[in-house]
Amino acid sequence: MTHIAVIDYGMGNLRSVAKALEHVAPDATVEVTGDPERVSAAERVVFPGQGAMPDCMRELDRRQLRQPILEAARTKPFLGLCIGLQMLFESSEEGPTPGLGILSGHVRRFPDERMFSPAGQRLKVPHMGWNEVNQSGKHAMWSGIPQDARFYFVHSYYVEEHDSGIGAATTRYAFDFTCAVARDNIFAVQFHPEKSALSGLALLGNFVHWKP
Amino acid sequence: MGLAKRIIPCLDVNAGRVVKGINFVGLRDAGDPVEIARRYDEQGADEVTFLDITASSDGRDLIIPIIEAVSAQVFIPLTVGGGVREVADVRRLLNAGADKVSMNTAAILNPGLIADAAGRFGSQCIVVAIDAKRADTASGWGVFTHGGRNATGLDAVAWAQEAARLGAGEILLTSMDRDGTKEGFDLELTRAVADAVGVPVIASGGVGNLQHLCDGVLKGGADAVLAASIFHYGEYTVRQAKDFMAAHGIEVRL
Repeated sequence: MTHIAVIDYGMGNLRSVAKALEHVAPDATVEVTGDPERVSAAERVVFPGQGAMPDCMRELDRRQLRQPILEAARTKPFLGLCIGLQMLFESSEEGPTPGLGILSGHVRRFPDERMFSPAGQRLKVPHMGWNEVNQSGKHAMWSGIPQDARFYFVHSYYVEEHDSGIGAATTRYAFDFTCAVARDNIFAVQFHPEKSALSGLALLGNFVHWKP
Repeated sequence: MGLAKRIIPCLDVNAGRVVKGINFVGLRDAGDPVEIARRYDEQGADEVTFLDITASSDGRDLIIPIIEAVSAQVFIPLTVGGGVREVADVRRLLNAGADKVSMNTAAILNPGLIADAAGRFGSQCIVVAIDAKRADTASGWGVFTHGGRNATGLDAVAWAQEAARLGAGEILLTSMDRDGTKEGFDLELTRAVADAVGVPVIASGGVGNLQHLCDGVLKGGADAVLAASIFHYGEYTVRQAKDFMAAHGIEVRL
């Protein structure tokens, strides 16, 4: 039985993430935990996040979770979700608190002056709703998910990676931004697979069986 | 192609049961929120909104087990509103599995609630619901409470801007002039608010047919459209609504 830890650092509700994982992996043990030892013991780690990235980083350190997260990101299948993607990078325009720096790059806010559609219509921030995910190449995590499948997004910040090799998908909102990254055992997405109906469940199912 | 316009069925919940008739074929229990939400998900609803209309305070907590049950089985965004008075209410609903919490009267009485809740949980999960009606205010629409009976003196467009400034991540805009009429959204109101704020606006109140949904997006400038009775009474499925909107050039998730 696979043991999947969903890292809980007190920033919001992880119930949906856990329930969606249980839905696709009824035989797995899905544990929502903030205990560093339980995170270290897990075979797979899901790193979610909501709210503001600086607050998330602060709470994570307060609970001594930085080391187990860094270790998991080096050694086992690791799935970052939303702010859990953003925190993998070095810094964010949301605040001066640095990110984990596992991946090279920065987190930027959708710039007001660029938020227009090709037809000249103003685009709203947060970027909220179902948008197309354009897969950059083949990856086990995209297995069974059609190119340009829609996933549910809700965010005002996006990642800009420096290492061009890690982009796994882009989404267009005023411009193309990276909505998924992949490196070795790490896969992280800006959207919410736990809220993305069948496409989201397919991605989570792929994670449960992923052998990076 | 890009971000899809959303279709959001709204369910009224009273003391733990969905009220208003639901005409889904083969539905075992027309009042069961889980089964109804699942049907909407299967039809392609982009989100589901639950509005708790329970009048008595002792029946109000019955929405919590509903949200817990729905969020464990239906994997699309859930918004919950009705009876939200303080930050603790927001936390309780989010912990139960709501993705967004909508506040209305409490935010009018205490606008600081918007900032507190957004600061604590993030703007992405705070929706401010505005019940607007034609009135002698700056924009021509005032903000009302108690089903449109009580004028607050606030201007609807100015209040939407203030709510967004305080941290609302979305505005749920209901025309009390149109609500229940089936005459279509108040498109001028929708356009006025959608143009005035930088956050998404959900149009609500008055949908009687599928053309009304198109008009809300194309003429009103709404980012999402909410409807209750046309879906509840089986007049149209969400899927039919999406096909219709797609045929009229609106980007939807099919």
